[in-house]
Amino acid sequence: MRELALHILDIIQNSLRAGAKLIEVEIVEDTRLDTLMVLIRDDGSGMDEVLLERVIDPFTTTRTTRKVGLGIPLMKMAAESAAGDFTIDSRLGEGTVVKATFVHSHIDRMPLGNMADTISTVIAGNPTVDLVYRHRINDDVSGLDTRLLKAEVGEEALTVPSVIEWVKIYLKEGSSYLMEV
Amino acid sequence: MKSLDELRQLREKAQETIRLREQAGGIRIIVGMGTCGIAAGAREVMLAIVDELQKKNLDDVIVTQTGCAGLCEKEPLVEVLRPGEPKITYGYMTADKARAMITSHVVNGQIIGEYVVAKEDDVAE
Ligand SMILES: Nc1ncnc2c1ncn2[C@@H]1O[C@H](COP(=O)(O)OP(=O)(O)OP(=O)(O)O)[C@@H](O)[C@H]1O
Ligand SMILES: [Mg+2]
Repeated sequence: MRELALHILDIIQNSLRAGAKLIEVEIVEDTRLDTLMVLIRDDGSGMDEVLLERVIDPFTTTRTTRKVGLGIPLMKMAAESAAGDFTIDSRLGEGTVVKATFVHSHIDRMPLGNMADTISTVIAGNPTVDLVYRHRINDDVSGLDTRLLKAEVGEEALTVPSVIEWVKIYLKEGSSYLMEV
Repeated sequence: MKSLDELRQLREKAQETIRLREQAGGIRIIVGMGTCGIAAGAREVMLAIVDELQKKNLDDVIVTQTGCAGLCEKEPLVEVLRPGEPKITYGYMTADKARAMITSHVVNGQIIGEYVVAKEDDVAE
């Protein structure tokens, strides 16, 4: 994958598969501290310690019957190759927080890529889930809270292509009037 | 700039679309969105489908997503379900192929055989 936004889409798919009802995606870019932080929090089924350990580092554990996925290890690699850090905090029955940090100016840091496409893809396919997306660059914040969007158009409208097109452009424009700042 | 007014205008139209869907039992399109699908370009395929549906005023078609379908090497995968017809799975999709698929299969009912990687035997409900 060539964009962090694609890794983020992939990590969100895990949250969706875990039955999350609310997913929060936060990106914080601080050019003064030279950091980029990505956080994905969900209220899905969570993982116990045994699974969590296997998931983060599938190659050091004995793989037997169960196929271990690639989504999480790939994101971990992306962070580590930009002198960053990758952590997952998860509790069974409560939810999961995936956090990746990067040195913003690191030569091997993947570009953030197209977050408008990532977020509108998630919204289009999953109208019943609530998504809070926040992107901060130094002192500027943009984003979207689908609960505010649903208050305007209703939940089912999120399956209507013309509404998704509207959302995609709203996000591309870096707006913030459909979120709580 | 997109405005809230514009969004509120879409609301009316969207509600009408949803009413129509309930009567018609419309076409469903499902895009594979597992790691392998995403790495192969599923996001662009998904958004090309949404864009093409909007341009062609096909708001009654429902697009959803699914995880890994076990055909990783053929991703991006797109399934098309037309009421009363077998499920068709297209593979190695791109944004352009997806747009062609909308015109041919969704609008005109013509399957693009060249892109098909699987076909269900039983009839979708
Ligand atoms: N947010 C989450 N909540 C609960 N379980 C999770 C979450 N994220 C990951 N998991 C568990 O960790 C496993 C590994 O995730 P990972 O993304 O690495 O691979 P995968 O999703 O199984 O397959 P893929 O290669 O398609 O991503 C998942 O199958 C799931 O059991
Ligand atoms: Mg995954």
